[in-house]
Amino acid sequence: MRYDLVTSAGGKALSKTPLNRLDWTYQSGFCDELIGPRGRPRPASRRLWKYLKKLDRDELLERRDACEVAALVAGITFRVYHDAGSADRAMPFDLIPRIIPLNEWQRISAGLEQRVTALNLFINDLYGEQRIIQDGIFPADILAGSANFREQCRGIRPRYGVWAHICGSDLVRDADGTMYVLEDNLRVPSGVSYMLENRQVMKRVFPELFEDIDIQPVDDYPARLFDMLASLSPRPADYPVVAVLTPGQYNSAYFEHAWLAQQMGVELVEGRDLVVPDDDCVYMRTIHGLRQVDVIYRRIDDAFLDPEVFRKDSLLGVPGLMRAWRAGHVGLANAPGAGVADDKVVYSYVPEIIRYYLDQDALIPNVPTWRCSIQAELDHVLANIDQLVVKPANESGGYGMLIGPHASRTEHAQFKRLIKADPRNYIAQPTLAISTCPTLYGTQIAPRHVDLRPFILSSDQHYVTTGGLTRVAMRAGSLVVNSSQGGGSKDTWIVDTDSGSEN
Amino acid sequence: MLSRVAENLYWYGRYLERAEDLGRLINVNGHLMLDLPRKMAPGWAPLIRITGSQSLFDELFDDNGERQVVRFLLAEPRHSGSVLSCLNLARENLRAARDLLPREVWEQTNDLCLTAQAQLAGNLSKRRRQEFIDLMIRRCQQLIGMLSDIMSHDYAWDFILLGRYHERADMTTRILDVRSAHLLRGVDDIKPFDQLQWMSVLKSLTAYQMYRRHVRLRVRGPDVLRFLLGNPLFPRSVVFCLEAMAERLEGLPEHEDTLVAVGRLKRLMDQADPEVLVQGQLSEFLDRIQLELIGIGESITQTWFRVQPSE
Repeated sequence: MRYDLVTSAGGKALSKTPLNRLDWTYQSGFCDELIGPRGRPRPASRRLWKYLKKLDRDELLERRDACEVAALVAGITFRVYHDAGSADRAMPFDLIPRIIPLNEWQRISAGLEQRVTALNLFINDLYGEQRIIQDGIFPADILAGSANFREQCRGIRPRYGVWAHICGSDLVRDADGTMYVLEDNLRVPSGVSYMLENRQVMKRVFPELFEDIDIQPVDDYPARLFDMLASLSPRPADYPVVAVLTPGQYNSAYFEHAWLAQQMGVELVEGRDLVVPDDDCVYMRTIHGLRQVDVIYRRIDDAFLDPEVFRKDSLLGVPGLMRAWRAGHVGLANAPGAGVADDKVVYSYVPEIIRYYLDQDALIPNVPTWRCSIQAELDHVLANIDQLVVKPANESGGYGMLIGPHASRTEHAQFKRLIKADPRNYIAQPTLAISTCPTLYGTQIAPRHVDLRPFILSSDQHYVTTGGLTRVAMRAGSLVVNSSQGGGSKDTWIVDTDSGSEN
Repeated sequence: MLSRVAENLYWYGRYLERAEDLGRLINVNGHLMLDLPRKMAPGWAPLIRITGSQSLFDELFDDNGERQVVRFLLAEPRHSGSVLSCLNLARENLRAARDLLPREVWEQTNDLCLTAQAQLAGNLSKRRRQEFIDLMIRRCQQLIGMLSDIMSHDYAWDFILLGRYHERADMTTRILDVRSAHLLRGVDDIKPFDQLQWMSVLKSLTAYQMYRRHVRLRVRGPDVLRFLLGNPLFPRSVVFCLEAMAERLEGLPEHEDTLVAVGRLKRLMDQADPEVLVQGQLSEFLDRIQLELIGIGESITQTWFRVQPSE
């Protein structure tokens, strides 16, 4: 870390010399989020680009250092498991924001609402009458093979019929500029704290940009999250007691759990803090005795949630939690079993699901997906494996996938064996030419691939974050943006180009 | 406040105090060894008895020489009662509760742990050992000073102090027990080296200067005991610790049982007569105090940390 901010800024005598100029000739070779095909900034990015180009190298690096210090001071960290001895690491942060024009964002936002509405109807149907299977739209054997379908949830009717209260969908932009949904995370999606902290850092480091450009604010997420959770309270007349349930401080997302609890002003609890006695209500142990909890935002996977119902050896969970939920004495977000719809095979059916429940076409398209469970598609995948991205159905975080064009022959052969052994568990997609965004790399501005994870809240109403978390693959050419695999992040600006005079 | 968080804070207070007390003990024993003729010196073995970890020590080391004992008490990671382990445990307890305390407290605690890990890694000369211990004690005191001045004196503060004074009362009685054991065998306490040893008992508890101010007599066994057990103004005496605990307890909900337990121990202290104790009942008396302190710990645990649904 550099603390020599004063001295590096003190080198003013050198500034404006050719050595201190940054090279702004930027060529992506992909669709770029900020720069158009002829090397000129897109309309929404013009002011930012103009501002950045005025900075010399020292000024830009000084701001980068200020970002780093601000992030460290804020304690923006995540925990990495498989490194020797697991440690808190600062999430790499890039100071050049990613910009999306407001009118495009409004279309995306509507598409996300549509998608999550349909997914919730779908989940509710699967745990209820299963009409979609009876009507022959969704195959029963896909459901039977789903690792995240929870038989124990059959017949439960959560309030508003909503199961996935917090959804994080990953979007990518292809070469022709189309935004696709790459996957939906309906279990315990993380990253929203980085989205909000990134904005805080940017406001501190570039206050003048926020005065000059009409950037939509993002800060109301914690309040919206609290309202959504409160709406699930079984005792709506009272001020609800809400808690965030974390697996504990050694979890990779513990920072976010603690952060969200703090921002919402609710308790951060672990499984051992909660108890469900014979009255089927959930209580937390406090120094004032037992206190009833109305709503739990749980950040523990289904399997570990309740040893009475799921994994018996879970030490993280709360025995009896499912009992209390089934009795309607506690609200759980996300509902257990919601993960059935973030299976990557189920993903391939989402356009049909939207059409079936809403009688609409999907506003945001899916990435074309081959399902290995279908013979003809399996044959295609095996024959073209070197061109495709192969993903296991139930993994997240970028684990266990094959990027065909970047993999060796041995890896191709190994994946073919894996797929043949368990075709239901694999899907394949074309390798997209995912868009890039200018990123500060050392002292150079270089293109890096990005995706976008907006968060959608659902209860009796919907809320979509303004933008989302832009994740960036910090290594040149890399497509892997997951923080657990060395990805970083950027602030995401939704910019109203109509309100400014210049554009 | 969650029970788990309260428990973390209580143990944060205890481990911080334990590290500090152990540090003083090692320093003072080092001085005593320099002052006493070799054949009279109590050696280093008593320190292991103070921490009640004889069997683990025997398992890890063949010899109870200075180097081994000091390593065991200061830097041995397998010994959960070593200064290094105490500091690590203090930090881990604080980690889960860090949002309740000012950010600087976490940073300082973390830094203290990292400093200890770095400085205790290699072999320690006597001089470096003492430097480290002095630094560590100062940093522990800085932490408490910082907490006292910048955090609200709320429940979180109550639990930290409760742990701190509970640990201190415990350590004071342990130190008295072990240090005085072989002193009491000789009846004639004006022997010059006995006086030196009673002085070292006082110094282990940083009590020598205050003792001189309050007692103004030469250092006599019964007076030392009276001072360290019952002086209401000296912050390391057992009675002072009990008063401080009672004060914290009164601010907490559901405090009746624990307060009664503390009151019972205070009465026991009031009835003690040091002149009689030095005749041979001290060890037994200190055992009773220890048992009462354990009882108070259980009461704290049951009342605030192990909240159960009523049957």
